[in-house]
Amino acid sequence: MSSLDRRRVADFGAFVKAAGGLVVQPRMGFGSPERMRAGLAATKSADARTVGTITLDSYTRVGDHEAVVDALRQGVGLNGYPIVHYDRAVTERVLDGIGGPDFPVQVRHGSAQPRDIFAALVASGMSATEGGPVSYCLPYGRTRLADSVAEWAACVESFARLREVGVEPHLETFGGCMMGQLCPPSELVAISVLEALFFHAHGVRSVSVSYAQQTNHDQDVEAVLALRRLCAELLPHPDWHVVVYAYMGLYPVTPEGAYRLLGKAAELAVATGSERLIVKTVAESRRIPTVEENVSALEHAARVAERSRPLSGPADSATYQEARTLIEAVLNLHPDIGTALRTAFARGYLDVPYCLHPDNAGRTRGYIDDRGWLRWADTGRLPLGRAVSSPRTVTAGGLLADLSHVRRAYDAPHAQVEPVAGV
Amino acid sequence: MTGVDVRPAGTVVVSGVSSDAHTWNLVYLQLLIEELGFEVVNLGPCVPDELLVDTCARVRPVMVVVSSVNGHGHVDGLRLIRALRTRVELDGVVAVIGGKLGIDDGDAEQNAAKLVAAGYDAVFADGAGVGDFRALVRSLRPELRPELRPDLRRELRPDLRPELEESA
Repeated sequence: MSSLDRRRVADFGAFVKAAGGLVVQPRMGFGSPERMRAGLAATKSADARTVGTITLDSYTRVGDHEAVVDALRQGVGLNGYPIVHYDRAVTERVLDGIGGPDFPVQVRHGSAQPRDIFAALVASGMSATEGGPVSYCLPYGRTRLADSVAEWAACVESFARLREVGVEPHLETFGGCMMGQLCPPSELVAISVLEALFFHAHGVRSVSVSYAQQTNHDQDVEAVLALRRLCAELLPHPDWHVVVYAYMGLYPVTPEGAYRLLGKAAELAVATGSERLIVKTVAESRRIPTVEENVSALEHAARVAERSRPLSGPADSATYQEARTLIEAVLNLHPDIGTALRTAFARGYLDVPYCLHPDNAGRTRGYIDDRGWLRWADTGRLPLGRAVSSPRTVTAGGLLADLSHVRRAYDAPHAQVEPVAGV
Repeated sequence: MTGVDVRPAGTVVVSGVSSDAHTWNLVYLQLLIEELGFEVVNLGPCVPDELLVDTCARVRPVMVVVSSVNGHGHVDGLRLIRALRTRVELDGVVAVIGGKLGIDDGDAEQNAAKLVAAGYDAVFADGAGVGDFRALVRSLRPELRPELRPDLRRELRPDLRPELEESA
């Protein structure tokens, strides 16, 4: 850590807040250092306000470094950049002359046990990454929540010590994206805020909070405004911003549909005063996108953002009230937020619909109502006192229809999802 | 919910394979099988072989449904069924696998033959409907079970995989 030259290390949070408009970012990762460098260079030179991304491969995500070695030896393509495997000099060369204060690069990974990943990214001169003890544990594997909470706590504390050498480390919550789809927004907002509080509790003060676009624009606006109000009320330091993710469920298959949906995400970001947007590409429904497809997506989102305007919607809403209730119920369980999160899942105070992880109670269900809003079909043991929706049984056929709702809506010719009045 | 008798007709274990983090296929299968009157133990994604085998030894299901969509199912699924078929106490349990089992669609026939030879009662390849799978599950209701098993091995080739994905 002492070898870090702080003049060359970006302050990711400060950069985004000072950008003067929506910052757009890809989800790009390649196994080859040359391709990774080319992807970063193309992102930087895109006609948009951008930050860079190094997305790691799925073997590195689960700590299977032998599989990385085998894949590289056999010339089998990796689905991301194996930052732990490569010598730090390799990653420094990937970033050299590209990453820096004028172009911060964030590492994206998806690991419940990210110790080696944190060490590798810091050693290579980077200071921004993302995830969280809940959001990188429950959806993607079998790591016990207690183990994830313990390892994330240690990693965040170690990461926070970058400030001792004059570098401001930045962490983004992935909690606003749980399962990609069919989790009602109030719980997404609650988990995103709780993970930001977890980062603060372990010493990182520059944070961003995520929210993934869901099924209805008006509901999404309500959710992001709720998220902003809760951050303003609850986060102990003003260095925070909101990052919107373009839809993470089944993506439209037509280029028109894919661009319309991405454009809607850009409108959402601008309407709610969000500072950053993670884009998706036209290739998303079929394969890992190329660098060119990523650049097209970044530029399309930037153009839509330029012609979108902020809304002054009410910050009070049913989503705000529900999210606030969930957050308070969790925080009241224990003064240590990691313990509070574990207890909350054990009691079903947090319960992610359709998540099959052994530490998730699995009693909640979400569905899409006839206006396209995500609703609770079953709130399980969530501490939402009054009935927040009419209970109903989710059938296999109903689930399939809901999972493809957005794809169908946006792929339809003359989709009925064109700009909402006032945006 | 389906209007059939209230008592579950038995337990079905639904499971992903060790290397596959996909979830929505498993959620869909659980709802489908529950609608047909069975209780479901859903082990979720990234299931180690021994967890599946031990769970089956404990709950004694009438059927094991393995689903995989990441292209490694023909390897992981093969290892899994060999482990399951070595357990005498699980003799006779119906085991099926389905989804997108290989990286290359051209290998589907060959993969399916290997999986059946190793002990699966049916392989549900990618791309068809869910009707035959539903018929198979329905036929496992106690009052129907005896006639069914022999002809499954050759005739059933539909799809277990709703087209679903998404991860980080």
